[in-house]
Amino acid sequence: MAEKQFKIIAETGIHARPATLLVQAASKFDSDINLEYKGKKVNLKSIMGVMSLGVGQGADITISAVGGDEQEALASLEETLKKEGLA
Amino acid sequence: MKFLNGIAASSGIAIAKAYRLVEPDLTFTKKSIDNDSVEIDRFRAALSQSKVELEGIRDKAKVELGADKAAIFEAHLLVLSDPELVSPIEDKIKTDKVNAEFALKETADMFVAMFESMDNEYMKERAADIRDVTKRVLSHLLGVQIVNPSMISEEVIIVAEDLTPSDTAQLNRQFVKGFTTDIGGRTSHSAIMARSMEIPAVVGTKTATEEIKNGDLVIVDGLNGQVYINPTAEEVDRFKSEHAAFEAQKAEWAKLVNEQTVTSDGHHVELAANIGTPKDLKGVINNGGEAVGLYRTEFLYMGRDQLPTEEEQFESYKAVLEGMDGKPVVVRTLDIGGDKELPYLNLPKEMNPFLGFRAIRLCLEEQGMFRTQLRALLRASVYGNLKIMFPMIATLSEFRQGKAILEEERQKLQAEGVAVSEKIELGIMVEIPSTAVIADQFAKEVDFFSIGTNDLIQYTMAADRMNERVSYLYQPYNPAILRLVKMVIDAAHKEGKWTGMCGEMAGDEQAIPVLLGLGLDEFSMSATSILKARSQIRNLSKVDMEKLASEVLQMSTTEEVLEAVAKATQR
Repeated sequence: MAEKQFKIIAETGIHARPATLLVQAASKFDSDINLEYKGKKVNLKSIMGVMSLGVGQGADITISAVGGDEQEALASLEETLKKEGLA
Repeated sequence: MKFLNGIAASSGIAIAKAYRLVEPDLTFTKKSIDNDSVEIDRFRAALSQSKVELEGIRDKAKVELGADKAAIFEAHLLVLSDPELVSPIEDKIKTDKVNAEFALKETADMFVAMFESMDNEYMKERAADIRDVTKRVLSHLLGVQIVNPSMISEEVIIVAEDLTPSDTAQLNRQFVKGFTTDIGGRTSHSAIMARSMEIPAVVGTKTATEEIKNGDLVIVDGLNGQVYINPTAEEVDRFKSEHAAFEAQKAEWAKLVNEQTVTSDGHHVELAANIGTPKDLKGVINNGGEAVGLYRTEFLYMGRDQLPTEEEQFESYKAVLEGMDGKPVVVRTLDIGGDKELPYLNLPKEMNPFLGFRAIRLCLEEQGMFRTQLRALLRASVYGNLKIMFPMIATLSEFRQGKAILEEERQKLQAEGVAVSEKIELGIMVEIPSTAVIADQFAKEVDFFSIGTNDLIQYTMAADRMNERVSYLYQPYNPAILRLVKMVIDAAHKEGKWTGMCGEMAGDEQAIPVLLGLGLDEFSMSATSILKARSQIRNLSKVDMEKLASEVLQMSTTEEVLEAVAKATQR
């Protein structure tokens, strides 16, 4: 399992567009990918799951991936978070 | 060939294919199924059809509205492939042996409830996205079509039960050639919008949505208030030539664009236009409007989910003032309530919305909202000739309160060092009989009056203008109305003030002669009526019309008045 913690710095948190981009990025991989926030874990390939967490600014989140391409998946998600100024 | 009778709401003739803007029937019943894999395949097929449709909409939105607006469809697409939504639905079909429609609705409703219960506004709105997506998949399961008016890409006639302001805002002016509705009258919003879009419309046909199918060839005759369904080739030809004749008449009127509005005996009146958005300015200029007599600011507040900011409002007001290049622009402050609702204000439903908490009554209570609008107006005032008026004034104290608030905001702005025009006329709409009756008292304090006839008639005759069964009481030419109009005009003139009229009556061919005789100073109407009115007024004599006016004021019925008008304008 690959796992990493991030701190969300974007003012709007993970809303609309950022959530869309993360889910789109995660969906490209075969691994099971989860997003954990405040003890709740959701499928990062589920837009509704991600949005239901209501991740705001300053939130500490954990992304974990399990599967054949778990390393690539985590690296790609980290890149998306950085590129969009989310974390 | 069939034809429908309705109310001519916006003149001109349009011939095009019908596009039904009608919510499809998405009702279904819960069924037990035998073969779950067939049912799951059916569900997956509906999903992929929905995806293809949404991708098309997204691509088109990207080109026409920009990536920003297209993002919402991107999110909708993700919902369609969301494993947390799709798997529970398929599981339900398999284990409960129910039809896909039921499994979809049950699962989606659960998510909708979840999002709606969150205390974050943004999350609550996501519930609407899920509903939207569910509707689309459901429509494919049921084999019915969902409407996407913003995606129309060929010339059409819109057929609808009624059109709300937000419906019309979405319509693409390039492709919508005309429209027809089941309900509504000359003063309903759909009619007003049609005139500002300058497209022919026939409203109140009662059965348009029943009789007209998608793709039917339809002729909308906005001159005579008729709609023809699948006409013969000869009829199409006949209407094409009528259309040409109408265009020729318009071209004749167009020669008056830069002419003065002067009677045959040299009396000048001002012909102004009613507008809803800065987009309407083009029509005002093209039709030779001498002013904007009514800028309905409520459109800024409609078709959205929160109040417009001061900055947004400022930009719109500034655009209109600059666009009119120094000519007068009368801005009516927010007139919401009655038939115009703002869902996000969460106002309680009322038994009699037209007699309820609306317009200035609402603004004096919700002062934050009112002050924001006034500040935006004051800031914009330096860009042109701004006049402000308050709607629905019933008492002098309401006017004084509104004026005091305006003055407070002016002082605050000036203290902040913001430039504000020194001479902004402040007037009121006269649409409540109590105000018309003591217009002499108001005239001492206001700078001008603008008579809103649609409401003045409704309140004077005690007849709801949205109720077709009492529509016979909508009588602009009733001597009772004419006497009220006269009282207002005379009261203004006595104090050296002016009176305008911004209701439908101001552009009415049969009313203009009488209004001219009564001494009305400004006539504000749909931009498309201006040139016709100018052509009419240039052929009338003020002295003769004064005689006509004093005669009709002594009459007792609408019919007598109309007869006298006909006689006076023939000679």
